Amino acid sequence: MSAVNPVETFLRMDRIPHIWCPGCGIGTTVNCFARALLDSKIDLDSVALVSGIGCTGRVAGYVKLDSFHTTHGRAIPFATGLKLANPKLNVIVYSGDGDLAAIGGNHLIHAARRNVDLKVICVNNLTYAMTGGQTAPTTPEHAITSTSPYGTFEPAFNLPHLLEAAGAVYVARWTTFHVRQLARSMAEVFQKKGFCFVEVLSPCPTLYQRRNKMGDGLDTMKFYKEKSKVRNGAPTGEVGLTLNGEIAVGKFVDRDRPDYASLMRSQLAGTLGERYVEPEQVCS
Amino acid sequence: MTETPCVFVDVQRGGPSTGLPTLPAQADMMQARWGSHGDYQVIALCPNSPQECFDLTIRAFNLAEQFRVPVLFMMDEVVGHMTEKVVIPTADQIEVVERKHTRKSTAEYLPYATNGDLVPEMAHAGEGYKFHVTGLTHDERGYPNMTAAVQEKLVTRLQNKVRDAHEQIDLWEEEDLELAEVVVISYGITSRVAQRAIEVARRRGLHIGKLRLISAWPFPERKIRELARTVKALVVPELNLGQMVHEVERAAGGACRVLGVPHAGGGVHRPDDILGAIVEAVQ
Repeated sequence: MSAVNPVETFLRMDRIPHIWCPGCGIGTTVNCFARALLDSKIDLDSVALVSGIGCTGRVAGYVKLDSFHTTHGRAIPFATGLKLANPKLNVIVYSGDGDLAAIGGNHLIHAARRNVDLKVICVNNLTYAMTGGQTAPTTPEHAITSTSPYGTFEPAFNLPHLLEAAGAVYVARWTTFHVRQLARSMAEVFQKKGFCFVEVLSPCPTLYQRRNKMGDGLDTMKFYKEKSKVRNGAPTGEVGLTLNGEIAVGKFVDRDRPDYASLMRSQLAGTLGERYVEPEQVCS
Repeated sequence: MTETPCVFVDVQRGGPSTGLPTLPAQADMMQARWGSHGDYQVIALCPNSPQECFDLTIRAFNLAEQFRVPVLFMMDEVVGHMTEKVVIPTADQIEVVERKHTRKSTAEYLPYATNGDLVPEMAHAGEGYKFHVTGLTHDERGYPNMTAAVQEKLVTRLQNKVRDAHEQIDLWEEEDLELAEVVVISYGITSRVAQRAIEVARRRGLHIGKLRLISAWPFPERKIRELARTVKALVVPELNLGQMVHEVERAAGGACRVLGVPHAGGGVHRPDDILGAIVEAVQ
């Protein structure tokens, strides 16, 4: 009798093998995500997953959920539309740093500001991987990329700091070395209302690690293990990433404020009184 | 390629770039048709009055729902800022077309399989279908399949679902076409300026017909082709330096003269400019 991996239930096995490179961390994050779904016993019919474009953007194609592989940078607006049309959905945005923080950067900060009830999993491989390893807004200063052969000199985004400032209610960072902690964070955000952001540092051995002489996938796991320091509750201003420095991981922000739908309901119901109709009744 | 029903409103101003905020033009007609990369069809409607803005907005949503395509609502600055009486019917008098929702079971459902009319049935997220949607070229399951064969099948369907149904989409207003020597073809605000030129020309004893395009895309080429066989010339005024006039030329196929009356935008034509073209066309 052959053993079935418990995460297979969550995958479109008819689409396997996937396209990710050996040593890539995206598959590891999907494994954690499946385990988080399993542990949280969430009704899978209620979960919709939205990706943008890029290596992580392909996640939508492998998960057995209502899944949307949208256009460049537009995962969050697409997800916002899904959530507004059907507030009962649990909407996950699963995409990469290039998609979410570069072309989709404006959508990211405004969805956080509005506190739209979305759970954003941001796999950060520090580069535009699918297009050949160009400098991204997350590439640490001095890193070598295909567009910075002499090293980058642009300061990078510190994503947890950006998201806290923009208004996210939950901000955490892990690496693909921290599989248990990552799965736990993912399960935690399924239960939390509002805009949640989980950054996952993930290797791109093909394009980022190779150019920066950081070895293969296994070497990167050792690097993550050595450099990571759990700093739950750390001020996000201090958790920016550098080329070879400490990687602060943990849950940085966990706070509560009314989400977009509640704010809309209280404003409109307050103004319209008896004329107010719940969105569920309009959309059903 | 989600084939999501959606409506875009373009109140055209002069361009390119920031251009003329906010003075009229009709220079986005080709952008509406070809604004994205790739081969596809859209639907575009051109109202010329506030009443039509109301009526055609409903039609635009109905067409988007029926065909699962973007519908471009091509106003211009003058129509967009116009104030006129509008009759709003009661809700029960408004026809609302709903998208086709699948009745298939979760096991049977294929998100991009079609049945006759080339428009796939939709399911909604949260109903248990666990379907996949992608911008990549995909098969009937919605799974990416980037081969020439699948591309051919998919893109042909995206084109034909609108092309084959053009008779359900085509909408125009016509007047005195049967005896006309010259027909003025226009749309949007320009049709209201052209009306004056047509009336003046008729008072001079000329046989002038009017064809006002209400749907611009898909282009009503069969109508133009038939018309071109019966008239001396077609006169096409528009607030650009030549966009829809080229479609008219293509459809006319040399069967009659086609005279554009270009205007770069920022204002509307003087009726005399259109009248001048009509007089030239009659000779």
